[in-house]
Amino acid sequence: MSTDTLNHSAHHPVEHEEEHHDAAGTKVFGFWVYLMSDLVIFGSLFATYAVLMRGTAGGPTGADIFELPLILVSTFALLISSFTFGMGVLAMNANRVGQVKMWLGITFLLGLSFICMELYEFNHLIHEGYGPDRSGFLSAFFTLVGTHGLHVTFGLIWIAVMLVQLSTKGLNDMTRPRILCLSLFWHFLDIVWICVFSFVYLMGVL
Amino acid sequence: MSSSSSDAHGSVKSYVTGLVLSLILTVIPFAVVMTGSFSMLTTVIVITVTAVLQILVQLVMFMHMNTKADEGWNLMSFVFTLTILVLVVGGSLWIMQHLHLNMMIG
Repeated sequence: MSTDTLNHSAHHPVEHEEEHHDAAGTKVFGFWVYLMSDLVIFGSLFATYAVLMRGTAGGPTGADIFELPLILVSTFALLISSFTFGMGVLAMNANRVGQVKMWLGITFLLGLSFICMELYEFNHLIHEGYGPDRSGFLSAFFTLVGTHGLHVTFGLIWIAVMLVQLSTKGLNDMTRPRILCLSLFWHFLDIVWICVFSFVYLMGVL
Repeated sequence: MSSSSSDAHGSVKSYVTGLVLSLILTVIPFAVVMTGSFSMLTTVIVITVTAVLQILVQLVMFMHMNTKADEGWNLMSFVFTLTILVLVVGGSLWIMQHLHLNMMIG
């Protein structure tokens, strides 16, 4: 299947648009390189977490504080939002602005519910006295999961901005590459979350 | 770059396949951990394998990473990043493990 988010240029009618192709392609590839550097940041945070994981300083361990049912639900929200964004890109390829907005709207709501669940979890932990200042383990946990949550929050802001731009500018050579970059960003956050729920939460309760 | 614009658009089928596979690969490790009916080693292996599989599913089905887009530079930069990650994560764990042993705390 040659259907690509990364291989975006075929979306434009071909003739006279070679420069647009290259410009859009360069933008999306440049954004891909940014994502790779972001991946290194997350890698460093994962390494930090792995090193500090057992440094609980007499405080709670992962098994004491992680609520897997909540994590499962938030994981579903993020997974499905990645899918709905994909459907939005398909609608964009078919030039259906209304559908793009609808799918982006659904993605936004799913992302928002993910963030709300995360905020609830963080709030709950801090109220119990298990904030990032309690132990090395909790510092590393809040930094790693919080950095991911911040990324999702910025993704939500970006989706909101794109919804406004779609309403005012519609689909053009400026908004299309932006939505493609945003879709890469969103899928990327999903992939980072897979690592978080697998290696932090699931392995944390073992 | 893909040849014709008709098949260059993502297909609903690939996204639905990606979603279903992702959901299955999420439910399996959660079920294994939450039922707790497997040994520690088995559980860790299941979590790791399903995580890696799911990352691959998402890279291919959602992000459409392949060897053709941008003459493979996407894939090349990803492989380069993976190398860095192995050095950073693996190296940190290795060094800290030795430090831990040398300090004789554990």
